[in-house]
Amino acid sequence: MKTEGAELRVQPARSAATLRRPWERAVEAMLLASALASVAITLGIVGVLLYESAAFFRQVSLLEFFTDTQWTPLFSEPHYGIAPLVCGTVVTTAVALAVAVPAGTIVAVYLSEYASPAMREIVKPTMELLSAVPTVVYGYFALLFVTPLFQRMWPELPGFNMLSAGLVIGAMIIPYVSSVSEDAMRAVPVALREGSYALGATRMQTAVRVVVPCAMSGMAAAYVLAVSRAIGETMVVAIAAGMQPTLTWNPLEPAATLTAYIVQVSLGDLPHGSIGYRTIFAAGLVLFLMTLAFNIAGHVLRKRFRRAS
Amino acid sequence: MLVALFALVALLAGLAMDGWDRLSWRFFTSYPSRFPEQAGILPAWVGTVLVMLVTAFAAVPLGLAAAVYLEEYAPRHWLTDFIDINVANLAGVPSIMYGLMALGLFVYRFGLGHSILTAGLTLALLILPMVIIATREAIRGVPDGIREAAYALGATKWQTVKDHVVPYSMGGILTGIILALARAIGETAPLITVGALSFIAFLPHPPWQADFPLISFQWLLDPFTVLPMQMFNWVSRPQEEFHRDAAGAGLVLMAMTLAMNALAIYIRARFRRRIRW
Repeated sequence: MKTEGAELRVQPARSAATLRRPWERAVEAMLLASALASVAITLGIVGVLLYESAAFFRQVSLLEFFTDTQWTPLFSEPHYGIAPLVCGTVVTTAVALAVAVPAGTIVAVYLSEYASPAMREIVKPTMELLSAVPTVVYGYFALLFVTPLFQRMWPELPGFNMLSAGLVIGAMIIPYVSSVSEDAMRAVPVALREGSYALGATRMQTAVRVVVPCAMSGMAAAYVLAVSRAIGETMVVAIAAGMQPTLTWNPLEPAATLTAYIVQVSLGDLPHGSIGYRTIFAAGLVLFLMTLAFNIAGHVLRKRFRRAS
Repeated sequence: MLVALFALVALLAGLAMDGWDRLSWRFFTSYPSRFPEQAGILPAWVGTVLVMLVTAFAAVPLGLAAAVYLEEYAPRHWLTDFIDINVANLAGVPSIMYGLMALGLFVYRFGLGHSILTAGLTLALLILPMVIIATREAIRGVPDGIREAAYALGATKWQTVKDHVVPYSMGGILTGIILALARAIGETAPLITVGALSFIAFLPHPPWQADFPLISFQWLLDPFTVLPMQMFNWVSRPQEEFHRDAAGAGLVLMAMTLAMNALAIYIRARFRRRIRW
């Protein structure tokens, strides 16, 4: 993501003639302003979250926020414990990862070590298409296809549950995991593979014992970034996991996640500036911090792997 | 491996089976209704088209300019590095965060209300990192020989960029923009937070008028709904019949995104064939 280019490139002579053209200067200033817009977006997000959350925490103590086990801000007797929402988020994310990590890794190994170039040309665009499907369609799929399928096996499964939502999110982020891990595997020098073959290893042994360990830090980055994707996924959980904030670790039960709660409140009609309105920013802040932590970890891992290879 | 392919096919087949017989002329020209057989997606698809217009108008110039700056102009120092890291991080922020920011800033602080303008701007910010990253990659593909030749002929920096670098990387840029817009079409979460309506029985003001300027911008401030929002609304109702409506809306939505992806692939292939360095 670094710009090596700009420095190495030949630059036009900074002659007096160029510098005298005010138009050139103006253009450069305008372009810089656009580049800074992205920084403004980040500041906007952080600013809004902090501002509204600050107002929220003036009314609700941090202690209550983190220790109360109930989240019922809209009831007549409100409780503001974030735990149930975080718990729902963690459970769906765990289910999603249980699907996406093995499946994504297998796809990546296949694409990088086994597939013929022709096969890659077919598989890669298909994976891209899979990630282009709108999330609301995945939500429909989770609620009206996956859940009824499971209900045929376990009739007591509730119509809303975290299992189907998690599974579908997992399927949704497979392309993401596989494309980042595949990049990592392709960066492993061919000489290592040749060395392994020379010692008589099979393809399978080479892939599992040589390529995968070498590519590990890049793959770890893929997994970590996938976690942040799964945490932030909204529509699938809002549709298929139900919107009841319940403190449970059982994926077979319905529960609300941080994102689903934000959707639920936004669908209603809360007056601007009320405590109910502010709860979504507090939930948003928690969500933002969680994804930020994983994003930073992912980028650090990725950078390390780039330097190593 | 084939699981992925199978999943896509199953997804489409399931959707098609449930929604196919809902697709008719009337489905496209009716308003949503309490009666599932009469419900249609007219306000939804009109809303989607209008919101996308705003998004494209905001995100494309801004994204292009930012990418050109970072790739061609930026000196190598802390500010550039900072912008770099920032863009990469923005691409990883969950989409609903953009919705929360837009709710706090656009809707209340700037007073734009729950309008098409707000929705379009929100999605524009959401896809901005995608546009920037794709454009930068395309610009990086232009060989330095082109730039050197332009400078040798006495072109200024901006002339070089606007007459040579950007036109040559147009294929990649267009592909990136279309893919980004295809993603924006399917986004629901940020629009829910900025207040997309789920039941709307009228159309926004038309973008034309009889009096002098002939073009009217009244529609920018109208309330709106979009296709994925309409689908979400129908999915969350308990009645089976509404689920079929949802499947119909989903089919239309899938057709739109797949068509845009196909267009992007076509453009990529065409430009790749035409340019020989």
